[in-house]
Order: sequence, then structure tokens, then C-alpha cells
Amino acid sequence: MLMQIQTEAVTQTAPILALDGITKTFPGVKALDGVSLRLFPGQVTALVGENGAGKSTVVKTLTGIYQPDGGEILVDGTATRFPSAQHAADAGITAIHQETVLFDELSVAENIFLGHAPRGKFGLIDWKTMQRRATEILTSIGAEIDPTHRLRDLGIANKHLVAIARALSIDARVVIMDEPTAALSHKEIQELYELVETLKAQGKAILFISHKFDEIFRIADRYTVFRDGQFVGDGMISDVTEAELVKMMVGRDVSQVFPQRESHLGDEVLQVVGYDHPTEFADIGFTLRRGEILGFYGLVGAGRSEFMQALFGITRPSKGVTKIDGSIRIIRSPADAIGNGVVYVPEDRGKQGAITALPIFQNVTLPSLARTSHKGFLRMAEEFSLAREYTRRLDLRAASLDTEVGNLSGGNQQKVVIAKWLATQPKVIILDEPTKGIDIGSKAAVHEFMAELAAQGLAVIMVSSEIPEILGMSDRVIVMREGRIAAELAGDDLTPETLVRHAAGI
Amino acid sequence: MLQRLLSSRETLLLVAITVLLAAIASRFPGFVAPSNLADVFNDTSPLILLAVGQMTVILTKCIDLSVAANLALTGMVVAMINVSFPGVPVAVILVVAISLGALMGMTNGLLVWKLGIPPIVVTLGTMTIFRGIIFLISDGKWVNSHEMSPAFKAFPRAEILGLPVLSWIAILAVIVFSIMMTRTSLGRAAYAVGGNPHAATYTGISVGRTQFWAFTLSGALAGLTGYLWVSRYAVSYVDIASGFELDVVAACVIGGISIAGGIGTVGGALLGALFLGVIKNALPVIDVSPFWQLAISGAAIIIAVAVNSRASRTKGRIILKSAEHAV
Repeated sequence: MLMQIQTEAVTQTAPILALDGITKTFPGVKALDGVSLRLFPGQVTALVGENGAGKSTVVKTLTGIYQPDGGEILVDGTATRFPSAQHAADAGITAIHQETVLFDELSVAENIFLGHAPRGKFGLIDWKTMQRRATEILTSIGAEIDPTHRLRDLGIANKHLVAIARALSIDARVVIMDEPTAALSHKEIQELYELVETLKAQGKAILFISHKFDEIFRIADRYTVFRDGQFVGDGMISDVTEAELVKMMVGRDVSQVFPQRESHLGDEVLQVVGYDHPTEFADIGFTLRRGEILGFYGLVGAGRSEFMQALFGITRPSKGVTKIDGSIRIIRSPADAIGNGVVYVPEDRGKQGAITALPIFQNVTLPSLARTSHKGFLRMAEEFSLAREYTRRLDLRAASLDTEVGNLSGGNQQKVVIAKWLATQPKVIILDEPTKGIDIGSKAAVHEFMAELAAQGLAVIMVSSEIPEILGMSDRVIVMREGRIAAELAGDDLTPETLVRHAAGI
Repeated sequence: MLQRLLSSRETLLLVAITVLLAAIASRFPGFVAPSNLADVFNDTSPLILLAVGQMTVILTKCIDLSVAANLALTGMVVAMINVSFPGVPVAVILVVAISLGALMGMTNGLLVWKLGIPPIVVTLGTMTIFRGIIFLISDGKWVNSHEMSPAFKAFPRAEILGLPVLSWIAILAVIVFSIMMTRTSLGRAAYAVGGNPHAATYTGISVGRTQFWAFTLSGALAGLTGYLWVSRYAVSYVDIASGFELDVVAACVIGGISIAGGIGTVGGALLGALFLGVIKNALPVIDVSPFWQLAISGAAIIIAVAVNSRASRTKGRIILKSAEHAV
């Protein structure tokens, strides 16, 4: 009863910062759909949600990087707009990002005061005052860092402390921490918790974004759950259990939107044994059969893409064996992988996919040039017919195969990239986040197509961070956590709850 | 198709050269006489040869500042061979020049590929080293016309169908490189590497190896030009073609080769070189001081880049279905 009264008393305080019905739309995607969020002084609010729930978009809206399309941002109950990052900083809002956005080549003090350095005579930077105040702030958070050191000479934990010092230097009232413990050791995490307590005691409102349930329950006072860009619920952490939070995060109808498919599993085509890398992953092994879709699930940074890149020969593992159709194959480069029938459609298609300055047909034939050339010379006619065959299969609509890929829409660029890989007639296709950032209609088309590939006997590895996609498409799922395989799930074991539990390690 | 042809950089440049020639002809009709134009072309041939090589390098997101030094070193080596062994036939001299040039290009390419040093740093270094080697092997002395054998000097000037061999070699290089860039895997790889190195890697193309071959080709052409230059001007010393690498890069830039890589054609490099060649040859004729020549060349570079960047500026992301093929 006493607990209840205290809770009530705390809720009575007015929030420093509140979002009310915020909507943000990107072409084809509604990233935020009328979400609400309240941050109270002296309290830690945990923002919980799957990858793609809209957490990063909220952070960017709060820090003035994105402008919402609808809804209100209320500071001390007054509607406000943040046309730029500077406006948000002036309102006392600061964010400490997952990967610290600091300047490696500048000194610690410069990093702390960049943009609001103390000025002396003639408006010049007052270095002495800057060093002194930097030392004060660093000491206040218990960091023993020389402010004259260059940032690049610091370890990741100390960089985080500098980021926090920077946040404090602008006299922040609202501190946003976006997965602050992702890169920290156990001891450093404990120190961070203490720091959070200090900030709380100073009456700052803290937004804490984390995937780790243990730390949410350790440190947060309140929670807010987002799902698919929508507000699901909020409340006091003391009133909720882990299981309830997980249910709120993932609870949705997943069955209808995916193609019904009957898996016809053929022979084993790929066998991976004991892949190790000094820093990125360890002990990865699995098998894959023709006609199978194998899902790879995990949190962002679990090492899935890093492993796939090693499998494809982009990076070298320290050890590991790849068998294709039962015999050992040495894959030292992407060319080796392609030659052995393994292709990789990367996540960042803008950066790693199409060559936008080249026409469609040249993009499609790029990995298959050996087949379209005779005596060292490329045959234009054969290039066109190969490109025509595969773009037609994907229903790519373009005025001419001579069109530069840069002039196509995102969805069609993606089709060009996929056509390019199919034209190599692969045995195994690795799709890394195949539907990331595309609209629902295109997603369905990609899923249909994936099912069709599997039906034709191709083995598909699908790396995805979206639970519905993983559940809807995969025959079998490997969950990775912190660079290792946490679980292999199939059949009845394959539920949203098991996926989240294994991925987060709870 | 016709519209695309009309709006291409090459067509624009061709129009610019024609307008330039017409303007000069209005005051000095003699300048556009066929024989004079052939002279201008012959005079521009070394620039064309180097620009074509440079273009393949720039296409792969690199730059080769060592081409003029490569030219001078190869020129000195073959000149000294000729002085010591006047009997060595021109065919052998040509092979030596091309091989030596290619070897220097390979050095650049290996440093970029295997050590990952930025190309501008590598070639700035080798440029100085090559010049230094000329000094070492020649003791700073000149090789003069009277020391060279008549056959050695005659080769670039020999006329075939009214054009000197030097011009024919430039034409041949343009044709060979055009075919190579459009019709071979290496050419396609160069465009892919420059256009999007990450995507090229994922497609199984080795970025470093492609850049290595581009440097090798550029070096081979520089070596070939080294012999042609020394024999044509019948002199060799440490500082020949000093600063010429900047003209070569300028020709490429004017010719619409994107410094960011991935965009450009051999035809563009040819026209860029011709544009500079016409300006250099015409300005003395119309009595413009050498100081203005430099300023005009410089202005031409900036205008060319401005026009190219305007033309290739993206019109925002393509989201509307109706806009997809309207571009």
C-alpha cells in the first residue's frame, strides 16, 4: 500500500518533456504513428521495443534531427519545435549515442565543449577555462581522464564518459542514452549505473534505451513500449514483469501476410563447421539443405552480418571449414564464393549493392562476365539477353535495359541487385535484411519471391531482425547473441517469446 | 536515344571545340586549314596518350601524378641506350619503353593495392623518385640531338597517309582503349570499382587488382610516350615534360571524367586533350600572352567541372512512379 502511494506521488510530478501523438513518415514507411512518451525529472524511463519499433526515430525527433509530421513536443508543458539540433540542445536535451559521435582527432576538452566553448577576449576560445571546466566535469562523474589527451587514445568506455561529460557540459535537463552499455565490460556497466543514479539525484530526466532486460529492471523507474512505430503502453517498472514486457514488445498477429509454402527439403548443400574470428564471432556451425529457408535472428550487433561476410570471403575467419555438396571448398574472396555457388545480397544496398552510374544490363551481368564473353571480349547481345531473362523473371519494369540504375526507384534497384545474383545461378543465396526500409507491398513481393526461390531448390539464408519475417518465412532459425549461436529453433519452439529470450539472453 | 546523345558530355565538348575553332577561324582562317589542324593534332598526341591512360586510373577512383616523371625517366633511359648502342632497332626501343613504363606503373599499383596508401601520396612520391633517378643515371647531363641515331629520331616523324607516326599511335591508343573499356571485363571492372567499390567487392571484383592494372596501363602509355617525346624533340634531360601531369589530369577533367571515379569515356579524354591542345596552339596565333594561356586553361577546367556537376546533379530521390523513366 505504501508502495502504491509513493508511485502515485511520483506520477503526480509534471514531465519535463513529453511527446504527444508524434507521427513521422518516410517514403513508404510510417516510422512513428502517433506515439506518446513522457520523461519525468529524477526518473529513468526505459524505452523498449524490437529493432524497427521506432526508437531511433524518436531519439532523432527529440534531438532536432528529424521534424515530426504531426503531434506535439511539450517542454515543461509548452508546445515547442526543434528546427535544428542546436534548438534541442538549447532546450537542455542531449543524447549519448550507441556509437559515440565524437571527434577522434580533437582533445577531450575540445570534444566536451565543441560548439559552446568558453570565450575570452576578442571572442577567441579561452583554453584555460575550457581545460579547467572539463577537468571539473570529468571529476564530478568520477572519470580520471586528462582533458588534453586526444580522444582517439581513449578506450571505448572512457569515450562514453567523455560523451556523458559533454552532455553535462551543456547543463542538460534531459539525457538520452541509446544502448549505452552495448560496448562496455561488466565493471564499466556498474560504473555507468552509478553515474545514472548521480544524474537522477540531480533531477535530470533520463531516457534509457536498451535491449537488455536485466538492466532495464535494474535501473529504470518507468517503461514505455513501442511496436512497429506505435505506442503500446507505459507504466512503472515495479508494476510489470519481464514476461509481460516481452509480450507487449512482440504481441501481434503474424500469420496472415506471409506466403503459404510447403517446404520440400532436398540434399544438404552447405555445411559450415567451426567458424571463428578473433573479435567478431566464435564457433559458428550449421547445415543447410536445398529448398530450405534458414533464418538468422539476433539483435543488431550480434555478429550475423559479420559472419555472413566471412562466409562470403569478404573477411577472413581465423578458422572454419565450408563444405559445399559434401566437399571442402576454400573461399578466400567473393569471387571464390560466387564460383562455388554462394552469393550474398548485402544489407546496405545503396552502398554495397548496385552501381548506379552503370546501366541495368551491365549491373546484372557484372558477376557473370565470364559467361557473356568470348575470347576476352564481351558480347553485348548475350549480356542483354541474360539481363532480359532475369529482369523479366523479377518483373522489373524499365523503359530500357540501357537505363542507368541510378534513375530507378529503390524497389527496382533492389530487383536489379537480386537479378544480378540470380544470373550467377547460385546454389545458396544469403539475403541480409532483405526487406529493411521498403514498404509493405514490396515486402510481400520479396517474400513471395523468396518462397519461389526455395521452391526451385535454392537454399536461402535470411538474416533478419524482424520477428514476423523470421517466423513467417523460415523453416529453421538460428539465433545469434554476442557473436555465438545462442539457439537453433524449429517447429513448436519457434515463437516470438523464445526468439527474444535467446537473443537477449534471458 | 538521340536526346541522350545530344545531351552527353562528349557532344557538348565537341560543340565547344567547334565553336572555339570557328571563333579562331573568323580572324585567322589559316588555323583551320587541314594541314594546320593535323599539326595541332600531332602536337597534342602526347597529351592524348597520357590522358587516355590517366582516364583508366581516374575511373577506378585513383590518380596518377607520376606520368610525366615516368615519361621523362623512360625517355632518358631509351635515349641513353640509343647513345651507347646506336644499332638497337626502334622496335626493341619501343618494347623497352613500354615495359619500363609499365613497370613503373606496376610499382604505383602495388603500393596502392597491397599497402593501401592513397594514390595521390603514392604517385607524388614516385614522381619525385623517378625524377631523382633520371638525375642519378644521367648525372644531370643532357642527351642532345647529335648524339641520337637518325633512325631513333625519325620514327615519330615518319609519315603514313600524310600523318606522322606519332599521330597514328595516338589514334591507335584511342581505339584500343575504347574497345578495352567498353568490351572487356577489365574495362567493365574499372567502371564498377570507381562507381561503387563496395558493390564491386561483393560482386567478386578485386578493387585493388583492378586499380593495379589501371596504373600499369597508364604507366605503359607514359613509357611509350617517353620515347616518342624524346625522339620527336630530339633532346632528353631531367626536367622534360615537367608539370605535364597537371595538363593530363586537366584534359581528363575537361573531358568529363569524374574525379570521384566511375564516370567517363575514352572519347571524353580525347576531346578534353584536344580542347586543351587547340587552346595552347591557338592562343599564340591570336597573340595572347602566355600568362593568359594559363589563366584560360584554368578557367576551362573550372567551367568544365561546373557544367559536369550541374549535369550529373541528382534531382532528388526517385519516389514517384511517374518520374522513374522521365529522366
